[in-house]
Order: sequence, then structure tokens, then C-alpha cells
Amino acid sequence: MDKKKQIIISIVLIIALFAGLWITERLVGTNSMLIVVLKKAVIYALLVASINLLQGFSGLFSLGEAGFMLLGAYTYAIFTIPEAVKGNVYQYYNGGLIHVNLPVWLALILGGLVAAFFAFLIGFVVLKLKSDYLAIATLGFAEILRAVFQWDALGGITNGSNILRSFPGFKSVLYPFVVVGLCMTAMMLLINSSYGRAYKAIRDDEIAAEAMGINLFKTKLQAFVISSFFAGIGGGLLAMYQLTVKASTFTSGLSDELLLIAVIGGIGSMTGSVIASFLYVAANEWWLRFLDQPAFIGTFQVPLLRSGFRKVVFSVIIMVIVLFYQQGLMGTREFSIVGIYEKLTGLKKKKKVKASGGGTEK
Amino acid sequence: MSESALRLDNITMQFGGVTAVDSFSMNVDKGEIVALIGPNGAGKTTAFNCITGVYTPTNGAVYLFDKKIVANHPKGKALKTYGGTSRDFEKDIIVQSPDKITKLGIARTFQNIRLFKNETVFDNVLVAKHMRAHQNVVTAMLRLNFREEERMRRETADLLHMQDLYQYKDEIADSLPYGLQRRLEIARALATDPKVLLLDEPAAGMNPNETAELSEFIRKIKDEYNLSILLIEHHMDFVNQIADRIYVLDFGKKIAEGTPDEINDNPAVIEAYLGVDDNA
Ligand SMILES: Nc1ncnc2c1ncn2[C@@H]1O[C@H](COP(=O)(O)OP(=O)(O)O)[C@@H](O)[C@H]1O
Ligand SMILES: [Mg+2]
Repeated sequence: MDKKKQIIISIVLIIALFAGLWITERLVGTNSMLIVVLKKAVIYALLVASINLLQGFSGLFSLGEAGFMLLGAYTYAIFTIPEAVKGNVYQYYNGGLIHVNLPVWLALILGGLVAAFFAFLIGFVVLKLKSDYLAIATLGFAEILRAVFQWDALGGITNGSNILRSFPGFKSVLYPFVVVGLCMTAMMLLINSSYGRAYKAIRDDEIAAEAMGINLFKTKLQAFVISSFFAGIGGGLLAMYQLTVKASTFTSGLSDELLLIAVIGGIGSMTGSVIASFLYVAANEWWLRFLDQPAFIGTFQVPLLRSGFRKVVFSVIIMVIVLFYQQGLMGTREFSIVGIYEKLTGLKKKKKVKASGGGTEK
Repeated sequence: MSESALRLDNITMQFGGVTAVDSFSMNVDKGEIVALIGPNGAGKTTAFNCITGVYTPTNGAVYLFDKKIVANHPKGKALKTYGGTSRDFEKDIIVQSPDKITKLGIARTFQNIRLFKNETVFDNVLVAKHMRAHQNVVTAMLRLNFREEERMRRETADLLHMQDLYQYKDEIADSLPYGLQRRLEIARALATDPKVLLLDEPAAGMNPNETAELSEFIRKIKDEYNLSILLIEHHMDFVNQIADRIYVLDFGKKIAEGTPDEINDNPAVIEAYLGVDDNA
């Protein structure tokens, strides 16, 4: 199949996806479970993909995703809370210190840049050492950040241990899909570029990569900064989704959860990350909810169904997946509609070639 | 007068109490094929690692076309525990990472093949083109570097054609037979546009037929790419076939140097090495 046809198919599919989302939102309502789950899942997809970019494609292990998300979320919130309500939000801090208001998209990008900047500082110090130190440093960074952002002395900016709120959220489910779509496209383009090949070389064999003229420090730093940029954007989107931001929620548990989804999807598969994120969020927030509610058949109470049971079932499912799909759902393969289309139409094509007796170029 | 391509000046490499390479000097002239031989553990691979920046030598210097590219001398504790025979200390300190050395024009292969196992033959070679490409991460992401990308791919394809590897371009490196993996590793090294090529036991695990083919192959690429070659080898047959000159290391020290004929008749070499057994 030629490039043009591929591009046309991709564009048609993307338009169909967005049209479908738009119609669905109209039909079921913005606050329906389906739409809420889709919003959260697509944000998780970006966060998990940013972890995968680092771990799956550069072989670097970070445990601080939550820290970079925190930076993105706070940056977004601080710069988008309308002046009119600042006094209300920062009621203990005289209406706050920052009186700059940015458009939503700019605040999101700024959040990414702040996260990237801190990643640069950490990476600059740590990436000269053995790669293992990155995990420790990022974990420590995220924990310290969480404490610092609740510190009273910074209250004029962070609102101390109080929540930030009243900033704009999503008007439509399309917004997070568009932002995440752009970010994912950028990541895929990066992975399939000369730089992506350099990342993979480092992941596969550092000594050989160096012998090929690839500077380990610079290249690792670059991958880490870019990954953190997207983590920052994801954090900003999460703030938009939740409508509140609170430092104490950006725990290492959150980083672990995202890492787990990356593993389920397949370390080294971007589409795996996306698929796993949607399944994970949908199962956790929606499909398995009924397990937490006591249910009655007539007067008979169904055993086991009570608050907390969902977590048990969910953990078992994840254990089974990790045990039976050790490479994750996708391994390192990528799912592609075009590929499936080719498979489905492959038979027809072969026949055609024979009939015309021509040698079509592969 | 001939021109020196690669010169080692009084290189000593010490690991704690072990002096793996001891005050070793050698020279490869432009266009020469020089062999470095010696029993297992003699320090040959360590010498390669000192040249390529994997290790920083404890003392001594490396010159590439008479330009000093690596230099060091022991200080403090390293000076007190210095175990090298020669106490002629190098003045400068020049430390470079392996990627810088590759950029300067020294490429290498590894004793235990180090391909990017799960990538295709094509991508294994293509990676080597990254370091000299004019692009940045933004132009690459937006595909504004398409001319560079095209050039890299064309050069990779050309190289694979020249090395008779093009037919395997879509194979995963790990799935190739051993001999082809060795050749792919050499092709990948050539893709970095080297002036000097270092080969660490390229004939290891090959039968006499394959060895003969390999020596022809190495001569061919030397001429095609205008290379100077330093190779480590165990097989004396192979070394005698291919080398213009030979250096012999034993316990880190140079015990002989000369043409293949001179080396084969040298009593010290026979005692240390040749006499023992051919497959050491
Ligand atoms: N990184 C290292 N740390 C400690 N000892 C080393 C290291 N690298 C090599 N050596 C020692 O240096 C000596 C020479 O090894 P090597 O250069 O690999 O020999 P060969 O001539 O077989 O290639 C050996 O005794 C080896 O144990
Ligand atoms: Mg060796």
C-alpha cells in the first residue's frame, strides 16, 4: 500500500473517531460514566506513553512520574484560575502572589516546560552516573516536591496544603483527545526518527551504542526531558479533568499505577500503552464497580459483593495478565489499523498480482 | 616516510593491583594491517579499550594521525601504587568518551559480538549514521530533516550492497548465522566512516574456509575505504595471511614485534605463545 493511501485511511479514521466521540457525547451526556471514563483513560494513555518512551525505548527507569505531573498540574492551575476568584481560592494567602493569566493551551504547555526544566536539572546531575540512580533520584524528587508544595511558606503560589480549584476544565471530551492525540503523534514521530533509533540503541546495548558515536549522557538526558515534558502536560490535563489540584494526591502510588499499566500494555509498545490505559481505567472505574455494591437476588444477599471486593478482583486480573502475558498485551509490537487493513485485503491483492502477472513493488 | 595512523605511546592500564597493559608502545602506519597477538589475558582487549575511551589508561598517550587524542598520567594514590615498568610519565591529561573517539575516526568491533540484537540488519547500520547527521530533535520530529534521513538511508543501503548484506536487510540481527553477524558488525563499524578500524578477534569461531574468506574481505575493505587496520587474533594462520606486521603481548608487556616471518622464528614468542597450543 502506498504512503498516500495510508495517510488518507489514517485521516479518515481520525475524523471518524472524533465525529463518533462528538455524537456519543451528545447522546449520552457529558457527565455520563462513559464520557468520564474516556476522558480519564485518554489522559492516562498520555502519561503511560510518556513512561514507555523513557523505559521502553530508552531503557531508563524513573519512579518520579507523579512529581512531573504535579508540576504540570500546579503550573496549569496557578496560571488559569481567573483573577475574580483568586481571593476566594487563596483565602489564607491574601489572594495569592501570581496574577498572570494564561490561555488554557499555553498554561498546559508551560506546565510541560516546567516539568521538562526540572527533569533537565535532575538528569544533568544523575545521568552521568549509572542509570539506576535515576530511579532513586526521581523517586526522592517526587516525594520532596509533594512536601514542598504543601509548605506554608510557599502558600502564596501553591496555596499550601489547601486545594487549588475554580480553574477551567474540559468543555468537551474532544479537548483531551485532541491534546493527547497531538502529543502521541509527536512521540510516535520521535520514536521513528533518527533519535528514536539512538534511544533504542542505548536501550539494547550501551557499549555498542557509544561505539556507534552516540553520546550516552546527552541522548539519555534528551529522552528524559522529553518524557517529562509530556508527563507535565498529562498532569495539566489531569487537573482539568479533576477540577481540583492537591499536592498530597501525587503519590508514588500514582507513579507505580502508571508504571503497572505500561507493563500491562507492553514495555516498548506505544499502542499497547494506549490500549492498556483504556482497559485499566474502564475496568477500575466502571466495569468492576458493581463488585463494591452489595446486591440482592430477592432477599438473598450475593456473597462477597461489598466495598473493597473490586480491588481484590482487579488485583487478581492484573496478576493473571502479568503472569500469562509476560511481555504485556502487546509486547513490543504496535497495533495498526493500516496493518490490519492490509492483512484483510492481502488475499485479494495477491490474486491481483498473479492475474496481471506483474511484479508490484513491495 | 610513511605516515602514522595510530600510535600508542607507553600505555599502561592498571586495575587495582593488576597491570593489564604495561608500558606498551606500538604504531600502525596508514594503509597497514597490523596484528596484536598474545595468550588469553595478555591485555589485548584492554589495549583496545584504552584506545577507544572505554577505559582511561593509567599512563601514556594515544595518537591518531599524530594528533594526541588520549593522554593520562597517574596522580596521588594511583602514583603511589603505580605498577608499570616504565616510569616515563605522560604530561597531558586528555579523557574522551567512546562516542568522541568514534567521531574522530576510530571504529571497532567487539570480541563478543555486540549487535543490536532485536533490530533489523538495516537499522543496525543506520544507527551509525546518526552521529554525523545535521538535524535536531525538533526537525527530526517534524520530519524537516527528510533530506538527511534520505541520505542516511541511501548510504546505509549502499554500504549493505557493497558488503553483500543487502539481501538480509530486513532480517533481525540475532537471527543471522554467526559468520554473517561478524560481517554485519564490521559493516556497522564502517558506517561510522572510520580512518582506523580495530577488530577484536574477527576470526573467532570460524573454520579455515571462513577464515580465508575473512582475510580477503578485510583486505578488500581496507582498500575500498582507505583504512588502517589493527586486529587482535589467536589464529596464527590467519595472522600470517593477513598482517603486514605483528606485535606480541604477554602479561601486558610487549615481547616482540616484526613481520610474520620474524615473529614465527622468535624464540621468546614461541615460548610464550606459539609453542603452547594453537587454540589458546
Ligand atoms: N575492567 C577490568 N577490571 C579488572 N580487571 C580487568 C578488567 N578488564 C580486564 N581486566 C584484566 O586484564 C587482563 C587482560 O584482559 P584482556 O585485555 O581482556 O585480555 P585479552 O588479551 O585476552 O584480550 C586480564 O587479567 C583481565 O582479568
Ligand atoms: Mg580479548
